[in-house]
Amino acid sequence: MSQMTFAQKVLARAAGKESAEPGEIVNARIDLAMSHENAALVLKAFKEIGAKHVWDRDKIILLFDHRVPANTMKAAEGHKTVRDFVKEEAIPTFYDMREGICHQVLPEKGHARPGMLIVGTDSHTTTYGALGAFSTGIGATEMASVWTTGELWLKVPETFRLGFDGKLPTGTMAKDVILHVIGDLGSDGADYKCVEYVGPTIDAMSIASRMVLCNMAIEMGAKAGICFPDDVTRHYLHGRTDVPFTPVTSDPEASVEKRIDYDVSRLGPQVSCPHTVDNVRPVEDVEGTPIDQAVIGSCTNGRIEDLIAAASILSGRDVADGVRLIIVPASREVYLEAADLGLISCFVRSGAVVLNPGCGPCLGAHQGLLAPGERAISTTNRNFKGRMGSPQAEVYLASPLTVAASAVEGAIADPRRLLP
Amino acid sequence: MIGRVWVYGDHVNTDLIIPGRYLDDYDPKNLAKHVLEDLDPEFSRKVAYGDIIIAGRNFGCGSSREQAPVALKTAGVSAVVAGSFSRIFYRNAINIGLPVIECKEAADMFKNGDRALINIEKGILINEGSGKSVKFATLPDFLLDIIKSNGLVNYTKKRLAP
Repeated sequence: MSQMTFAQKVLARAAGKESAEPGEIVNARIDLAMSHENAALVLKAFKEIGAKHVWDRDKIILLFDHRVPANTMKAAEGHKTVRDFVKEEAIPTFYDMREGICHQVLPEKGHARPGMLIVGTDSHTTTYGALGAFSTGIGATEMASVWTTGELWLKVPETFRLGFDGKLPTGTMAKDVILHVIGDLGSDGADYKCVEYVGPTIDAMSIASRMVLCNMAIEMGAKAGICFPDDVTRHYLHGRTDVPFTPVTSDPEASVEKRIDYDVSRLGPQVSCPHTVDNVRPVEDVEGTPIDQAVIGSCTNGRIEDLIAAASILSGRDVADGVRLIIVPASREVYLEAADLGLISCFVRSGAVVLNPGCGPCLGAHQGLLAPGERAISTTNRNFKGRMGSPQAEVYLASPLTVAASAVEGAIADPRRLLP
Repeated sequence: MIGRVWVYGDHVNTDLIIPGRYLDDYDPKNLAKHVLEDLDPEFSRKVAYGDIIIAGRNFGCGSSREQAPVALKTAGVSAVVAGSFSRIFYRNAINIGLPVIECKEAADMFKNGDRALINIEKGILINEGSGKSVKFATLPDFLLDIIKSNGLVNYTKKRLAP
């Protein structure tokens, strides 16, 4: 048998085939289908198709995170439509608004496991690659088709293998690594590809850090991002799931389209500048740029290690006058842990506003929009024009350390100066 | 198909096509009022039924929001021709019955107000004014069928019908 990549193996297995070649279109059976608020749109298409029931209620997960609690009447109506459907169809796994962001909740609750094929109606569904799953974003109408048949056509992607070596210097986080890569490859540099993150730097990373890399694979156009499962993965999943899983990795001789190696041992903090994610510069180039708002949270950087990093800067310091610091734990579990560790009181003392778990202001729906002419620095994943409010506002993206340091100084700041 | 064209650049992302602040509204007609407003505030007023969008690389990058192609289609856009597409937008467009055509040369062949002729089955794009034409790779048959069915809902209905 010829050597196969991770993507080939998972998609061949899901299509019930011995093997699958890059470029081949397969009809794959889906292991897990996730939707958030846009389940209301999925539901509309599902009813139009005329399907009576979902194909497998145990393989559907629904929750709300984009607009929680409902911020408009229309959002409330959308939520209600989905809640009613969950009752009618007796969907067992529905987290409503209480658990947090989908991409944090699915791993936490053990739903995302090695070797699975997961689709979600959200582009950052690539996040579950950190758990060794092939996971990708799809649209609402095709999700309705998945709800009906359990199947989806997918093209088997080519693979880019990105190798990382070196210990991350103090002050540099996984976010800086992925911003550097996106700056290097460009916002369509990995279009349609499965991006594998490999090497000693990745082996030493927590699941939370691997999630940052896989989460932002979509920002270079990738179909999926993957960190191969290891003891770190097994340790993370221990106690979160009893479901057995089979780790899948690429064969050693499998052919990949491109291999790029990065030495991150001297990489410093990176900042993505307006209005594209690939407009990345070292923090030194933009230091001193005044800010009005700072945001720490999202499916990219709202996990406990991110909040601990932020607290290492904010502890004993005040947020600068005129700066609004908004902190959003990614999930209830993260929120509780942050409370137990004393991080929440640290944040509130520093002058931050701590919000309920959810997407917060990331996508410009609510909870901290920007006025024309304002500038924010944020740990979120997109800085598109108009993303976080006014199209005349500017969004910079950076790590939790850099955002916390900037909130303290009132201008984009190099966190290495403020670290103990 | 034939239509007047609007030409845009590279990386027209989903937030530019339909900003997140409007996504609590599921009515396509309301979304169409804001289509492309952060890129070209006049677009929703000047676009007419049958118009074609021509753009550069990576059209539709960003979010998985299906409201992006829905807003374009509801506003009257009959096709999007781009140098390349982000994958989720591309799938979504086909699934809601908006023809998407990948053609690297298109952005240099047209200016605003030109008229384009497209034969989606034969893979030919023509600038009616200049007479210049270019070939593009056609879609696999099953994807053409989805577009011709006006989207995946009707396509699936037909397949499920006894």
